[in-house]
Amino acid sequence: MFSLDSFFETLKTGSGFWNPLVWIIIIAIAFLLIYVLRSLGKKEYKEKTEQTQSFLSGNPEYEKEQMHIKGSNVYWGFTEALKWAFNVLRKMHTGNASDYVLWFIIVMGFLFIVVFLTGAL
Amino acid sequence: MNWFEIITMHSPALIVAVPLLTGFLTPLVSRINSTVRNLFVIIMLSITGFLIALLGYDVLTNGIRTYVFGGGNTVVTLPSGLMFHVRIIFEVDVMNVFMIFITIILAIIGIVYSFSFMKKEDGLDKYYTIVLLLITSTLGMELTGDLFNFFVFLEISCITSCALIAFWVHKGEALEAAFKYIVVSSIGALFFLFALGLLYAQYNALNMATIANSIQFSIIDQAALILIIAALAMKAGLVPMHMWLPDSYGEAPPSITFILIAATQASLYGAFRVLFTLYGNVFNSVNLASLSLVLTTNTMGWIIITLAIITILVGVFMALIQTDFKRLIAFAAVAEIGYIFLGIGVRLASKYVQYTGGSATGIAFTEYSSIALNGSIFHIINDCLDIGLLFLVAGAIYYATKETSLDKMGGLARNLKYTTIFFVIGLLAVSGMPPFNGFASKLMLYESTFQLNPIIAIIAVLASIMLLAVFVKVFYSVFMGPEQPKFKEVKEVPKTMLIAMGAIVVIIIIFGLFPNLVINNLVAPAANALTNYTTYISKVIPGVI
Repeated sequence: MFSLDSFFETLKTGSGFWNPLVWIIIIAIAFLLIYVLRSLGKKEYKEKTEQTQSFLSGNPEYEKEQMHIKGSNVYWGFTEALKWAFNVLRKMHTGNASDYVLWFIIVMGFLFIVVFLTGAL
Repeated sequence: MNWFEIITMHSPALIVAVPLLTGFLTPLVSRINSTVRNLFVIIMLSITGFLIALLGYDVLTNGIRTYVFGGGNTVVTLPSGLMFHVRIIFEVDVMNVFMIFITIILAIIGIVYSFSFMKKEDGLDKYYTIVLLLITSTLGMELTGDLFNFFVFLEISCITSCALIAFWVHKGEALEAAFKYIVVSSIGALFFLFALGLLYAQYNALNMATIANSIQFSIIDQAALILIIAALAMKAGLVPMHMWLPDSYGEAPPSITFILIAATQASLYGAFRVLFTLYGNVFNSVNLASLSLVLTTNTMGWIIITLAIITILVGVFMALIQTDFKRLIAFAAVAEIGYIFLGIGVRLASKYVQYTGGSATGIAFTEYSSIALNGSIFHIINDCLDIGLLFLVAGAIYYATKETSLDKMGGLARNLKYTTIFFVIGLLAVSGMPPFNGFASKLMLYESTFQLNPIIAIIAVLASIMLLAVFVKVFYSVFMGPEQPKFKEVKEVPKTMLIAMGAIVVIIIIFGLFPNLVINNLVAPAANALTNYTTYISKVIPGVI
């Protein structure tokens, strides 16, 4: 029945393995090292001085509320570069129930052709 | 026989009967007050959970359980010598237990979340009744050993899902989504029924084990297989038949979407059962007599792999360009379904013929095919938990801000601290980042797929990275950035919603840190139950196999 030994077992995936506990120990050590390195840094940072103000190539800083990049603008370059692909996908999603059924029929037809062809071999 | 043994014996029937009766009693209990109704619903679901635990323990200890409705072991022996049960049978192996375990977890958490989330809505007595009917139908689909019974539960699932998707009836979009859902689901269910007719005409039986024992893979059987798989794949959300899914998931209340995931996975379970048990003679058999079917199995595997990869890519790409939070998660859910199908495809495509001295001496599955199947089954539960958590977070944000558009949100991490933490965990888990649960199952899928075809594995890995990018975008646009004046008064969501999300997070972390706990005790036995289809058949038709 229920085996408690499984708690700390390493997951073997055929050609690899995965042990989350070992991974956590390694990550903890890495974070410790980062913390040590960080503590070696300069401590000259002064809050609420000019040091904290953004420099936007000499342009004035907008109000903070206006500085937030909207969700649809994130990855703008990527989506613009692959516009052709996204347009195809958008066109595919018509929102029309008849088209949804049509896709179902197309897939079924495709399956019929392939399975019958290989089944007959 | 003591009461404990009696309850265990009748648990398969009670698991369906308890939520069904609770559903019909809920409007009556609602007359007292909403607190009593909520307590009643959660207590009855907990009892169902207890029954599932009993049944699960029994199946894991003693093997497959059959439960015959309407009488004792009514067995008919045909002149040919074939014996079969004439009543409806529930047949429960570890795969069934695995699925009902997932369903009850989602059901209980979804109901707890509903207590606060739906508090201000009208018609909650009907809401809980329909939710409980949906849970009943999902559990029924996952327990039954009868194809027609499966169809009946599938229909109940379609109707109740439609009603729940349209719950926010004042929104035109919700009604439209519900209409599309019922059109698509009904057509799928009709084709499923047509396939049952074909099988019934051939074998004079509707019991899965009986049909599995007799399946010949004639032209009629092939037609029935295609009809069933296409219908179930559409219900599961495989591209290009997925389009109902973002509409429905995006418009239903998030507490409902969470439970709808379980219903979708029940259809996926149906596909598993049909491929590996009902057509076990074709796809699972390593008997030399089925030599001519190896190519068919491989072809079916490659078709599924192709559709799975398209599903992953379309899901991820479409998620990237969404600006509606819930619709974005829905497309991510489509991509995750692709990963599950990928495992099934790899399993089927890796069947091969062993040759010695130029002649065929055996049929076998490669070693990595088992890892693919295990990864696929493990990913079912991980998908439910990870995507489910993200939907609940989206619901929490809607509850707090009344917004679902990513363009109108920002800086919410200041006000919604716990929700933000839950989202980050969901984000990492769904993207397959270590040490969360999604990583373990995806690793199994990547490695097994890599052995079959490295290019497909690389596409799957890249898509997962892109999924991470999609949710980083959500994290930035919703939670990060400067505080928005309109959200200054936003407060953290009620405790019951936090408890519901927290419970999933705890399960995600446990499954992530101790993956073998789930794999050894549930996933691998479930995969074994699927692959050993002869055991499934022999439990219903003793002596035939």
